[in-house]
Amino acid sequence: MPNDSLKRVDFIFDKDYNCKEVLYDAFKLTRDEIIEEIIKSGLRGRGGAGFYTGVKWKYAREELADEKVVICNADEGEPGTFKDRAILEEVPSKVLAGMALCGKVIGAKKGYIYLRGEYNYLKPKLEQEINKFTDILHSELNFDFNIKIFSGAGAYVCGEETALLNSMEGLRGEPRNKPPYPTHSGLFGKPTVVNNVETLVYAVMVFKIGAEKFKNIGIQGSSGSKLFSVSGDTPKSGIYELEFGMKVSDFVNEFGDGDAKAVQVGGASGFCVPRKAFDKTTIGYQGKLKGNSLPTGGSMMIFNSSRSMYNVLHNYLEFFVEESCGQCVPCRIGTQQLLKGIEAIKKGKKSSEYLENLLALSETMRLTSKCGLGQSVGNSFSSIVENFKEEMIY
Amino acid sequence: MKDKNKNIAEEMVKLTIDGMEISVKKGTSILHAAKQLGIYIPTLCHHEDLCVAGNCRVCVVDVEGWNTLTASCATPAIDGINVKTLTPKVRKARKDIIALLVSEHNTQCTTCYRSTNCELQTLSSEYNIDNERYISVLKKDVEIDKSSWAVEIDPSKCIRCQRCVRTCSQLQHVNALTVAGKGKEMRITTFMDLPLNDVVCTNCGQCIIHCPTGALTERRYFDDIWNAIGDPEKHVVINTAPSVRVALGEMLGFPVGTRVTGKMVTALKKIGFDAVLDTDFAADLTIMEEGFELLHRLKRKFVDFEDVALPMITSCSPGWVKYIEHMYPNHLMHLSSCKSPQQMFGALAKTYYADKKGIDPATIVSVAGMPCAAKKFEANRPEMNDSGFQDVDAGLTTREIGYMIKQSGMDFLSLEDSEYDSIMGESSGAAVIFGATGGVMEAALRTVYEVVTGREIPFKNLAITPARGLEGVKEASIIIENTTPEYKFLEGVEVKVAIAHGLKNARTIMEQIVAGKSPYIFVEIMACPGGCIGGGGQPIPTNDEIRRKRIEAIYAEDEGMKIRKSHEVEEIKQIYREFLKEPLGHKSHHLLHTKYRKRNRY
Repeated sequence: MPNDSLKRVDFIFDKDYNCKEVLYDAFKLTRDEIIEEIIKSGLRGRGGAGFYTGVKWKYAREELADEKVVICNADEGEPGTFKDRAILEEVPSKVLAGMALCGKVIGAKKGYIYLRGEYNYLKPKLEQEINKFTDILHSELNFDFNIKIFSGAGAYVCGEETALLNSMEGLRGEPRNKPPYPTHSGLFGKPTVVNNVETLVYAVMVFKIGAEKFKNIGIQGSSGSKLFSVSGDTPKSGIYELEFGMKVSDFVNEFGDGDAKAVQVGGASGFCVPRKAFDKTTIGYQGKLKGNSLPTGGSMMIFNSSRSMYNVLHNYLEFFVEESCGQCVPCRIGTQQLLKGIEAIKKGKKSSEYLENLLALSETMRLTSKCGLGQSVGNSFSSIVENFKEEMIY
Repeated sequence: MKDKNKNIAEEMVKLTIDGMEISVKKGTSILHAAKQLGIYIPTLCHHEDLCVAGNCRVCVVDVEGWNTLTASCATPAIDGINVKTLTPKVRKARKDIIALLVSEHNTQCTTCYRSTNCELQTLSSEYNIDNERYISVLKKDVEIDKSSWAVEIDPSKCIRCQRCVRTCSQLQHVNALTVAGKGKEMRITTFMDLPLNDVVCTNCGQCIIHCPTGALTERRYFDDIWNAIGDPEKHVVINTAPSVRVALGEMLGFPVGTRVTGKMVTALKKIGFDAVLDTDFAADLTIMEEGFELLHRLKRKFVDFEDVALPMITSCSPGWVKYIEHMYPNHLMHLSSCKSPQQMFGALAKTYYADKKGIDPATIVSVAGMPCAAKKFEANRPEMNDSGFQDVDAGLTTREIGYMIKQSGMDFLSLEDSEYDSIMGESSGAAVIFGATGGVMEAALRTVYEVVTGREIPFKNLAITPARGLEGVKEASIIIENTTPEYKFLEGVEVKVAIAHGLKNARTIMEQIVAGKSPYIFVEIMACPGGCIGGGGQPIPTNDEIRRKRIEAIYAEDEGMKIRKSHEVEEIKQIYREFLKEPLGHKSHHLLHTKYRKRNRY
């Protein structure tokens, strides 16, 4: 039964769209006016971190440099996320238009799509689209902007924007120290905007829908809608575009199989919401740390009562032990300790009190890791362990 | 444009650290700002010689209003921030991080060569870390790489701070060490995980003195030396390099920059070496040979109009020699054919010295006390056997000598001074300054200028100041005037020289040569930053502040010497009179000069 409280929208995959027209209209505005529109729309990064897109563009716009760069982050690697792939398959021209718009605004002539290694099969089609699009861009919109595809090699951490930049520069895919931020010193030191695939699409859609209207969708602080990759114990796994601000309970009513005990919001590096908190939790950016309103890159994994949350956590930790870049101590060793720790408790080699050590460690990881990867492992770990303590021990 | 830069440089930011206000230049890290206030935040991956890594996270601090703690080494001070360095939150995080490192570490401290001089051990003890807090994630069955003559790698003690990697790439431009793998498999290794001996490594040992733990150490040979000393059939001689005497004291209770020459000689005699001789004697000899080699090259150029390789480059530093063999194999003709002082000494110990003393050279064990790791490799070069035996049996580092003195149970602080034994124990101040970057150049100029003009080099108190200091590449220029008749071909010639230390700077010099644009006639290159006083065999830590103090001690030692020029040393005159006959002569050529080999880049 359709659920009214889940507001479905259809911006991303809406085919009633002509990139030439939208860009033509947008390009009539000055660069600052474009930024103003994006800021007004309240658009935030759809990769999960939620930085204000307009502000990011503004920073890059203000830099004085001979060359600037736009990068579309298509290294979609978060477990349970598969929406960027669909965007690139279904509506690639919108992504390219978003990159061109950003390029126009910040003064970049080069754009790159950092394509996840596993998505290489998309490359031929994408290249065709790029050729078609840049022809229009050059001849009809009179904008000298070129886009190239850069293939990733499969490391999860390269989705982190500075690791992504290192990887493109031929260095090890390791996150950099920030500051400097990419908008100041990005690819080969040039001011660079790195945006998620979906963010770029929304950036152009703001000009189709109108900033005011976009802002009124969703909730305060989390404007607009978002693509969700729904998976797990659901009869309706797939990609759905929903307004921000939905309650997890409404989401579960719509998508669950009637027996959901937890929803993992934001993938392996996200937060686990247990059944008792479904009602209290909304999906949006604000209140990130309080846990009652969760940001997400769009992954929604539903677990029903047949699932062992110990196994879920074990699986996530195994993933992180392998995918940490290994450079910083809390992430490299912390992930190993969390994994070994829960194994030891489960086998009775460590007492249940050892869980407290591990929770404290997960907090240290959140506080001290160099990048978002290590920081978010702590969130994921503590939200699962605190809500499913018995399953960890017995 | 210049003014604009100046303004940026002078832009100040004001911040509060632990309740104290401070203004620092924009761009200063929180770590350095704190240091200016006398607050020492602990670090592990940080080293003043190297670029910032920010990967150990030990130096985290709490900035009011920020969501996470921040690494103070990697975070520039921002106007108005309020930093706390010692809150319970910070302390707990720090303790956790150190405990994590301990859980990954081979904690057999009792048998570790770096015990009591290990940054992880110190922090772990200071923070009272519970060894049992976390489960050990130490990798089992990790092999120690002992393939190199000079450097030993024990991955089980590595904390993956990448100081060695940054040293090898940033300071030395060698890149023998690198990072491989990710996650729990992330490790420091060599190209294709090959043994260190099979990759391009110069053996300089800079990785060792930048390593915070016992993961990188020199190959140690002192047990063999103890055995030789205990063998009544053996005549064990040691010669000590100039840099050892100004650094050894650091290991034995003296402040940095203390000269302990006399005490060191006493200690070595007490240990039982049959003779304690001075590498400086061979350094003076190097000046004679190298100086005349330079003059010979100049004569061939200016008189015989031959195509001579100039600049001529010094060959005292075995790390540098191996570097050029790998990196610029087509330019080896620029290297002086002179052996290093260590190898000259070795060749003479088993010929001239044996002869003079009436000792069977087969019973001589020749040991070199060096500030250097590469000297171990050099001693074992197959061509270094011109005496009919292996010329140098073992190269010991300053650290190994320090440990031998500790093992002997002496009270080093209260030892009397003694003089070096004779023969091959006398030397000049020119030889002492070999230990500092620019020293070989200065020593050479003191002699060569005088040979060519008959006058003393016109620098006050013989201190050729342009050759001194820690600048990466130094230049000097002298116009030769009023020569003696023999060197008339040099009349009016401008002798441009350069000095480089650290292989990064060596590369600058070499790239000029490769491009055919080198303006120099003579170049001194030392593999290690600061020259030998900053060598890979020197006491740990070594940084610019310490290098400066050791250098000061070197120049003070020079000024205190009666003889300041190599050609005036009586024993040098004697060896030419009685044994070698003349510089570049037949015997010299056989014993004191060598050839180099082309090596691969990969």
